[in-house]
Amino acid sequence: MVKRQFDYEDKYENIQDKIKELVELSGSLDFDLSGEIKYLESKLQAIREIKYQNLTPWEKVLLARHAERPTTIQYIEGICDEWIELHGDRMYGDDQAVVGGIGTFNGMPVTVLGHQRGKDTNENIKRNFGMPHPEGYRKVQRLLNQAEKFGRPVLTFIDTQGAYPGAGAEERGQPLAIAQDLMLLSGLKVPIISTVIGEGGSGGALALGVCDRLIMLSNSVFSVASAETCASILTKDVNRAEDMAEALKLTAKDLKELDIIDEIVPEPVGGAHTDPGETIALVKEAIARNLYEVMENGGDLAEQRYRRLRAMGRFNTK
Amino acid sequence: MLKRSFGKTKYIPVPHDTQPFRPSRPGQAVCPQCSSSTSEEELQQNAKVCPVCRHHFPMYAPERLDWIAQPGTFQEWDADLDSYNPLEFPGYDEKLSEAQEKTGLKEAIITGQARVQGYEVALGIMDSRFLMGSMGSVVGEKVCLAIERAMELRLPFITFAVAGGARMQEGMLSLMQMAKTSAALQRFHEQGLLYISVMTHPTVGGVPASFAGLGDIIIGEPGALIGFTGPRVIQQTLGQRLPERFQRAEFQLEHGMLDLVVDRAEMPVVIGQLLRLHLGGNHG
Ligand SMILES: [Zn+2]
Repeated sequence: MVKRQFDYEDKYENIQDKIKELVELSGSLDFDLSGEIKYLESKLQAIREIKYQNLTPWEKVLLARHAERPTTIQYIEGICDEWIELHGDRMYGDDQAVVGGIGTFNGMPVTVLGHQRGKDTNENIKRNFGMPHPEGYRKVQRLLNQAEKFGRPVLTFIDTQGAYPGAGAEERGQPLAIAQDLMLLSGLKVPIISTVIGEGGSGGALALGVCDRLIMLSNSVFSVASAETCASILTKDVNRAEDMAEALKLTAKDLKELDIIDEIVPEPVGGAHTDPGETIALVKEAIARNLYEVMENGGDLAEQRYRRLRAMGRFNTK
Repeated sequence: MLKRSFGKTKYIPVPHDTQPFRPSRPGQAVCPQCSSSTSEEELQQNAKVCPVCRHHFPMYAPERLDWIAQPGTFQEWDADLDSYNPLEFPGYDEKLSEAQEKTGLKEAIITGQARVQGYEVALGIMDSRFLMGSMGSVVGEKVCLAIERAMELRLPFITFAVAGGARMQEGMLSLMQMAKTSAALQRFHEQGLLYISVMTHPTVGGVPASFAGLGDIIIGEPGALIGFTGPRVIQQTLGQRLPERFQRAEFQLEHGMLDLVVDRAEMPVVIGQLLRLHLGGNHG
């Protein structure tokens, strides 16, 4: 059976409760157990830290999808001094599964873009669970063209299960909208820094991920298809998702080893949602360092971006 | 043009995805759309199109090459590129060797230079028999190399796409081929060169969402299923009922995604016309 719960966290909580009971009990009995209790608490902390350093790929998938995880707007608000959201693709509508606008990053104007999911059912309905339609990708194109026109660096945040798999999306040209995003991003002369903050799923995620530097949070994942999809297609058994998560090499660590990403930002013990402020500060620091490096190195960014992409892939030449 | 032969490629009837498969008598193929029986020989002479109802049977890369390129003009590029199992994904090695054995091809695409209707062009032709025509590292690399060589030689680029989904066994290495091929086309288009993309049955997933979706001219073969997410997945995940012929080439033409739907028998002539109309531009 596929593990769906954060059962390890339940156990830690359980132990924490027991320690609390012990504190109360020893107080009422006039017993001094403070040394022992301190030891138990530090032991628990250590066990938790080790656990979070050794999460399985599937546990990371679950954590990356955690409902409480900070979303794109929180990152934009946290790293920009100010920002204004801009809406619409000027053709069909405003896709709320993608947000974008202009902000200032350490005083410098930047274009910000990202997938936006909700944290509860109502918000998720409004945001379509962070799964964009073509109008979302065309809003991205519009704002990217603005960034190019005004010479603003681009910061993107990736957080989607994938492009929306629905009839309307197909009628309005979902594959072409994604393809056009990929092509447009590849040719921009302004710097592009992308960060995977949650789940990066398939082409719908990649459409915001053609960049000069790709950063991932340590518990985020990025995959060609979800572990569940792979399990059902390749093994005809959705319960094999856990194995597939392992086989797909979708964790930040795996993707760093495959030279697909540039940097891993470590999350606080317990995951990004346990300390959004700290997480966002760490992401801001990583974006700043990478962005300034790209800007200082200068040169033809589109050419360098092409060289970077061109090196991706593994094959034999006999 | 209609009477052109296909060389010696053996024809194998393949069931249409919405119709039950009917075994045919030896030497005969039964059309899954109209049930009429056609001799293999006649089908070959008709570009593997049912002479009664125009149903397009699958056409594999070697047959397609014979159909579209002038005899003896094809020079293959990068034939030595070969996939391995970079993620050590369970079962991938076996699937690769199986596909290679079955098709006689090394990967899901053939690329090269050929003469089409009197014009030198760069070609990329995919084959549905090879892991459903999915794009892994080798397909992405061969497409990029073909685009780069077409830029050097200032040739138009023509692809015939067929893709049933992602090459999951190569994980993110496979996904990044979408970005890589799109980036190559960005440079190609900047040089003012012509790219004609033909989408055949089926073209879904990352291929139409990258290089095949970026043609100056995008053509669909009649009846071809074209889209990002296939209809079965849409119906399963959302329980949405889909209209008949949803995502078929004719539907996509109506919805503005394609320039043309062209019968396979007319394809060489139409491509020839498009090439002629771009002459005197930036080519050659
Ligand atoms: Zn027929």
